[in-house]
Amino acid sequence: MIAKRTIPLLIAAFVGILLIATYFIPLTESYGADAMEMFIILAAAAMVLGAGNLLLLNLSKISNRQPGWGYAAITLLAFFVTLIIGLFKIGAMPTMSSPDNAWTAPVVQEGSPFWWIYQYGLVPLTATMFAMLAFYIASAAFRAFRAKNLEATLLLGTAFVVLLGQVYAGVWLTSFLPDLASFAESFPEDLRGFVTAVGMQIENGAPLTAVAYDGVSFANMTADQQGTATVVSEHLNSWFYQLLNGLRLENLTQVILDVPQKAGNRAIMIGIALGIVSTSLKVILGVDRSYLGSED
Amino acid sequence: MRTAMGLVLAALSVWTTSSFAASVTLAPPTDVSAEDVPNDVGTQVLVTWKASPDEREGEAARSLEGYAIYRIIAQTGDGLESIGEAGANASELGFPANFDFEDTQPIGSVTYGKTQFVDENVEAGTSYLYGVAATGLGDTFSPLSIASAPVTAKMQWFNGGKFWFLIITGIISIVIIAFVRIAKKGGEIRVRKIAGLEAVNEAVGRATEMGKPVLFVPGILDINDIQTVAGITVLSNVAKTAAQYDARLRVPTARSLVMTTARETVEAAYLGEGRPDAYNEDDIYYLTDEQFGYTAGVQGVMVRERPAACFYMGAFYAESLILAETANSIGAIQVAGTAMPSQLPFFVAACDYTLIGEEFFAASAYLSHDSEQLGSLKGQDIGKVIAAGLLVVGCVLATVAVTSGSRGARIAEMYIKHNILGADGLEPNADKVAQIDAELESQSQQPNTGGGGDS
Repeated sequence: MIAKRTIPLLIAAFVGILLIATYFIPLTESYGADAMEMFIILAAAAMVLGAGNLLLLNLSKISNRQPGWGYAAITLLAFFVTLIIGLFKIGAMPTMSSPDNAWTAPVVQEGSPFWWIYQYGLVPLTATMFAMLAFYIASAAFRAFRAKNLEATLLLGTAFVVLLGQVYAGVWLTSFLPDLASFAESFPEDLRGFVTAVGMQIENGAPLTAVAYDGVSFANMTADQQGTATVVSEHLNSWFYQLLNGLRLENLTQVILDVPQKAGNRAIMIGIALGIVSTSLKVILGVDRSYLGSED
Repeated sequence: MRTAMGLVLAALSVWTTSSFAASVTLAPPTDVSAEDVPNDVGTQVLVTWKASPDEREGEAARSLEGYAIYRIIAQTGDGLESIGEAGANASELGFPANFDFEDTQPIGSVTYGKTQFVDENVEAGTSYLYGVAATGLGDTFSPLSIASAPVTAKMQWFNGGKFWFLIITGIISIVIIAFVRIAKKGGEIRVRKIAGLEAVNEAVGRATEMGKPVLFVPGILDINDIQTVAGITVLSNVAKTAAQYDARLRVPTARSLVMTTARETVEAAYLGEGRPDAYNEDDIYYLTDEQFGYTAGVQGVMVRERPAACFYMGAFYAESLILAETANSIGAIQVAGTAMPSQLPFFVAACDYTLIGEEFFAASAYLSHDSEQLGSLKGQDIGKVIAAGLLVVGCVLATVAVTSGSRGARIAEMYIKHNILGADGLEPNADKVAQIDAELESQSQQPNTGGGGDS
């Protein structure tokens, strides 16, 4: 009872409190790092358990001729080939300092058989699995975006705008609506650079007096420049321009991502943070002991 | 012939380098200063300077390559605040007048464009004097620019930048503990129905009726991740239901430690339900640590064994949708729970039920009906009230600050943003207040010409 429940509970509580302390007390940071290193050592040692389990399970599948035992045979073949080549450093060149000792060869030496297995075996296989995600996204989107009810229709419409707003087709579709570039076009050529530079600052929320051009602040600009900057400011801040410019698909997309999407995401994040605090406390205080297994 | 050409090239190279070095005189950086990095154990000093006038942005033929940082120990022990404090020893504090760049190794160097360097190798309590020189092509150096005062790194016992975080976390923790105690004493805790968790019994029951296994995937991270711990506690409850219904439970894992923990948990659940005979250790097994290798393995289990119910509870990355879509193709009922916001849309799209963030962490308490654990959920609700209160106060202050231009509202908004929610904590923010004052003054001088929409 003490060995299976009390001691693990005390270890969990001690390490949990220590890791919290490392966040607030600089002096304890190194102890936290030590605790994490101990976990890595523990996890590395547990790899033997995992490998042993893999071996036993697949061997029993083969010996019992269970359905799909061929896959188990391939798994074991790959396991032993990789293990032997990696462990005995087969085909790897020894270092220059001791050319007669094959054991001095680095395990992941470029061009070695072990490196070849990783580069031309594992990497393409994992890339293939990852690439399959594209097809799964398409099939999931097809189901999720069906306009079955009002909520699903809203989701479909929003997804349509966001997807379109992130590709050139979306920008092109609403390019007739006004933006800073088209507004600058209405000025003589020698003023367009000035209008664009000032306009970008105003669109980013800068007040008229805070704008600058070529290192010259608004207060130090010539009267003509101040007049042009004022016209630009009035135009870009007018409700008519802001409404039409906001309807451009790329801007609408940005608003959707910045306002409703971010608000929802933050609500989820706050819930997650509180859930983490609560779960951590339950583990540290021993309220939740289900991860410790049986009391026998 | 080759040797002769080599000699000529070498001579040319030496001549070019030395003539260039001789012709370049770099201007030193200015305003060098050093300050202790706050909220650490006294092992870091931040050195800053203003760029050398020779550093010109966008210049094609650049003579200045970067900056070299030097330091000398000014005094060990209590440390000095200024050279003047050293009294008779002041002469020992400075860098030598004929500072030898050739034989002195800098403590660090940065490329052009950078104007700061963090020295991470200082001892707390020792005073250091810093100097910075611009470096150019052919090992040329500008004169050394020396900081006006030595700096002494000090250890902080408490990270003041996280003061408000500690206060808020402390309040939430106290509230959670208080509700756990109230629940322990028999206080009534009411929890709303969570559809995803109500479906656990339905899913396991369906698998039993169909004579097919239940598949539980505890994510791909190790047991030191809190999501995996939460997933294992849900597994405990799913295993209890599986034991009651006599359904076969399969748990492939991506980590050895998760496998051993899951085995202990499932065994305890079967024992608790009086069905130790139904527990099969081999049903909880390790596949591989490799993300997509694990995904392929679980996909194989799905396609071959065609489980009737699939649970995904833990931390997931790109494999989430691959797993959920595969299970969907075999017609399995699916319940997912994760705290990975980027994977939630995939689970929502592909699964029958999804536990979003806090619901996932609440699952263990909800399924176990343990009053102590249910109490912790109430504590979380109080945390949400605090978060919502801060949001409302922040929104009101930000609105008042923009519409009225009130100095007080702007300072309060700044304090919430940078000190309470940001990393400033207890740091003084006089510079930010000065910036607000400057902006307000600038706005008061603004001519009545802009802001077209308002005029």
